[in-house]
Amino acid sequence: MAIRDLFQAELRVVNIGLPMFKQSLDHCGVRAVEVDWRPPVEVDVQALAAVAAAAGSIERANEKAVQAILNGKPALIGMARAIEAVPGMKANTILHAGPPITWDRMCGPMRGGVIGALLYERMAATPQEAETLAGSGAIGFSPCHEHQAVGPMAGIISPSMPVFIVCNEERGNYAYATINEGLGKVLRYGAYGPEITARLRWMEQKLYPPLARATEKLGRIDLKNIIAQALHMGDEVHNRNRAATSLLFRQLAAAVVRTEPDSEQAAQVLEFLNGNDHFFLNLSMAASKATLDAARGNAGSSIVVAMARNGTDFGIQLAGTGNAWFTGPAPVPDALYFPGFTKDDANPDIGDSAITETNGLGGFAIAASPAIVQFVGGAASDALRYTRQMYEITAAENNVYQIPALDFRGTPTGIDVRKVIERNIMPVIDTGVAHKKAGIGQVGAGIVAAPVKPFADALLGLARAVKPDQPKETL
Amino acid sequence: MTVQGEIRTGLYFDSVTLMLVGRDLLAIEHVADAAAVMATRENKAILRSAGLWTDQFETAGDTDLILAVKAETAAAAAVALEAAAGRLQQARTRGQAGVEHQPASIECAVRALPGANVALISIAGRYAAEQARQALEAGLHVMLFSDNVSLVSEIALKNLAHQKGLLLMGPDCGTAILNGVPLAFANAVNRGDIGIVAAAGTGLQEVSTILSNEGAGVSQAIGTGGRDVKREVGGIMFLDALAALRGDPSTRVVVLISKPPHQSVLRRIGETVAGIGKPVIAAFLGADEAVVRQYGMIPAATLEEAALMAAALSKGQPAEAAHKFLAARRRRIQEQAVREAARFTSPQKYIRGLFSGGTFCAEAQLIFRTLALSYVYSNVPLAPCAPLADVWKSQAHTLIDLGDDAFTVGRPHPMIDYSLRNRRIIEEANDPETAVILLDVVLGYGANPDPAGELVPMIAASPRRVTFACSITGTPQDPQDRRRVEAALGAAGVRIFPSNAAAAEFAAQIAGALGGR
Repeated sequence: MAIRDLFQAELRVVNIGLPMFKQSLDHCGVRAVEVDWRPPVEVDVQALAAVAAAAGSIERANEKAVQAILNGKPALIGMARAIEAVPGMKANTILHAGPPITWDRMCGPMRGGVIGALLYERMAATPQEAETLAGSGAIGFSPCHEHQAVGPMAGIISPSMPVFIVCNEERGNYAYATINEGLGKVLRYGAYGPEITARLRWMEQKLYPPLARATEKLGRIDLKNIIAQALHMGDEVHNRNRAATSLLFRQLAAAVVRTEPDSEQAAQVLEFLNGNDHFFLNLSMAASKATLDAARGNAGSSIVVAMARNGTDFGIQLAGTGNAWFTGPAPVPDALYFPGFTKDDANPDIGDSAITETNGLGGFAIAASPAIVQFVGGAASDALRYTRQMYEITAAENNVYQIPALDFRGTPTGIDVRKVIERNIMPVIDTGVAHKKAGIGQVGAGIVAAPVKPFADALLGLARAVKPDQPKETL
Repeated sequence: MTVQGEIRTGLYFDSVTLMLVGRDLLAIEHVADAAAVMATRENKAILRSAGLWTDQFETAGDTDLILAVKAETAAAAAVALEAAAGRLQQARTRGQAGVEHQPASIECAVRALPGANVALISIAGRYAAEQARQALEAGLHVMLFSDNVSLVSEIALKNLAHQKGLLLMGPDCGTAILNGVPLAFANAVNRGDIGIVAAAGTGLQEVSTILSNEGAGVSQAIGTGGRDVKREVGGIMFLDALAALRGDPSTRVVVLISKPPHQSVLRRIGETVAGIGKPVIAAFLGADEAVVRQYGMIPAATLEEAALMAAALSKGQPAEAAHKFLAARRRRIQEQAVREAARFTSPQKYIRGLFSGGTFCAEAQLIFRTLALSYVYSNVPLAPCAPLADVWKSQAHTLIDLGDDAFTVGRPHPMIDYSLRNRRIIEEANDPETAVILLDVVLGYGANPDPAGELVPMIAASPRRVTFACSITGTPQDPQDRRRVEAALGAAGVRIFPSNAAAAEFAAQIAGALGGR
């Protein structure tokens, strides 16, 4: 608007700084909005300058990355054993959540999960044997994320475990995730022992075959569609998956019954689904993983394609910095704790499930999920505030995933690490809290802000990866 | 340690609300553990293992609510149980909680306020330039109130604004009035046909309030920040603003306010003024009037003169009407000053000017200069005025700008926070050589809401017979209401003047009259 046109216009003011100026404008009846500005995260000035100087090429790379994310078409197309499907999986491979980690640095729940998996795989006969084996160097530990896979909490995937195969039909890339075991004493919280081994065996032998046949019969199940619908039904598909699980159940039920000759077996499969409100979580994660992996390889992009925690470190990866992990200590969630437990019992944040937030779901879509807003302060308006804040650090609004309470505005999608740093707003993640001792299970739930360090480091990594656009006046 | 409990039959709350209640109970003194749970089998097992069990819970079922407290004393447990009841009641009746969402960036603010056209930026200087850049990129005009923005940044921002046809007012721009809306430190003035471009914020306030009090009004008042007219910046915004007023049909008279611009800038201002088709009054305080006139502008020696000339022209009267009025008043002030001077006793002989507006301090120095007074000192001296040896200590005639960086580090501006000046008033009043304490009081948005309430106790506490002379910059429409401030200060014995120039003239005349001592 030229100065001359401004003279003819109704003044509308954005106020950044002293609130009294906004109050004066209110007093004068002028429409004004106050910016809740805060100083940016302190990072190396030269790195900031390098990133600013490359703004043009970063924007172009981001445009591609964001389009890849928005266009993602994740569908469940089948199931297989991990050893048969997951790339790079060997007989001695154990995949885990989060960035790379060695046995000696693993937290309690993750160690428990590893022990449980080694017992289940019959690679060890006792927990002691399993620990010795795990520490011997004979086991190849590797992040799920580096094998096109994701896992909740400890995120353990061992060779025999059945996995869902999710295909991003837009790009033809795949993502893999195990079947969610339910609540209570479960492997993903580090529980191990006969009970856990038995359930895993049951899942492998009794649950997996009928599910695989039903999936095969259906051909494909459109996960993007289920997620979009579930957001309209009160899920954010991270801490609440009740609607999505129900929608999946409706699609699978008849196919399970038709393909499973033993009606009792079919009933048990359906009862398992019905009894686990989080059954869909692993699929929402795999769908997010398949979607985000398509955004990788856009050199210079500042869009985050993975946020993941191994219970010790919190790590992120960018679309434009290859396979580099930027890590920092995982925070202990300031959550709501179940009766009898406190923050002292809590393990630092753990799991690949933050892939949902990375994809504009979970905490980013919490405004869609009134049923769990109590975790974020108790009022629906708090949830709206969290989601609205996430628009500050994202590059786009989702074209399919919507928030009814925000007039069907698309969810905030595509975290831009530059905005995280500049606006000093950390991504919010819905999270379950694991007990720091293996096997006790979930002790609370809530939301946690991602730690600063991985993002600050990622900006430095980005600065090293980009070249300046053209010589330009610097401010 | 005691465990006490309560069963509320048929009362349902979701588990999260109950966890919140439990958490609140833990905060109560002498409470070791607490839980509020529905009495399911699992929950009862948890209570047992957590040592929160009493046998009365045995009978409770799925639809019952259990409150359990482990405390050091029975009394503490009772308090906690009562608190739990209150907290549950609160949860039932809770209304809209949470805080209204505020955008955290210009990008999101523009989305929240469609049609936004101005950004008013007052964050710390080292961050302000980046926000200003983003605002310009978003197509907003910018008022950059922040100071401590580098000259390099200022030039880059102004070039960007110029390319985009946007205003970049500042940095260190305290005042603007756009479309009748006062921004930052501005006054509520009449709307009218007088357009102002100012590289001096207080100067803009003084001119706009005086002409408004004269019954004229402002079309637009654009600040540029003081450095704009220096050689390095080259008057980028001053010239753009002037050009905008030239093309604005609602502006029929133009007033320019600044310290003397660099000659290269002055020449370009002259080029823009040429053929403008409306009178341009220039209050370039301290500039050579002949040069100003040569560039087709009407020179004004003081801010007040500029305002009165503009008001006269706006009303269709000749500018000379203002000169006649001022000449007559000068004689009156001189007579008043001579009478006042006669009342002082030895060793009272010095003027102490304590200014909150930098432009006022400069203007006062120029007025002292025209009276050829010697022994005039300042922390921001204009020749022939001399620098103070110690800005915290007055010597002879002293005119201090309390808005200067030496005084404002870590403190709000003296127009907002009077405490520094109040202390200095007491110091000066206690100096046996002080005859007159000269003050400015600036009203308007952003300024101190009760200046009379600040100053009257200082005046009352003055131990000796010192003359207080004060100008008030403001209008009756200002939040502080000029008339009320005037009445309160007048009642305290302060000599009130309609302008800084008039007050300074009064003080200078007294100084002249006392000069023989």
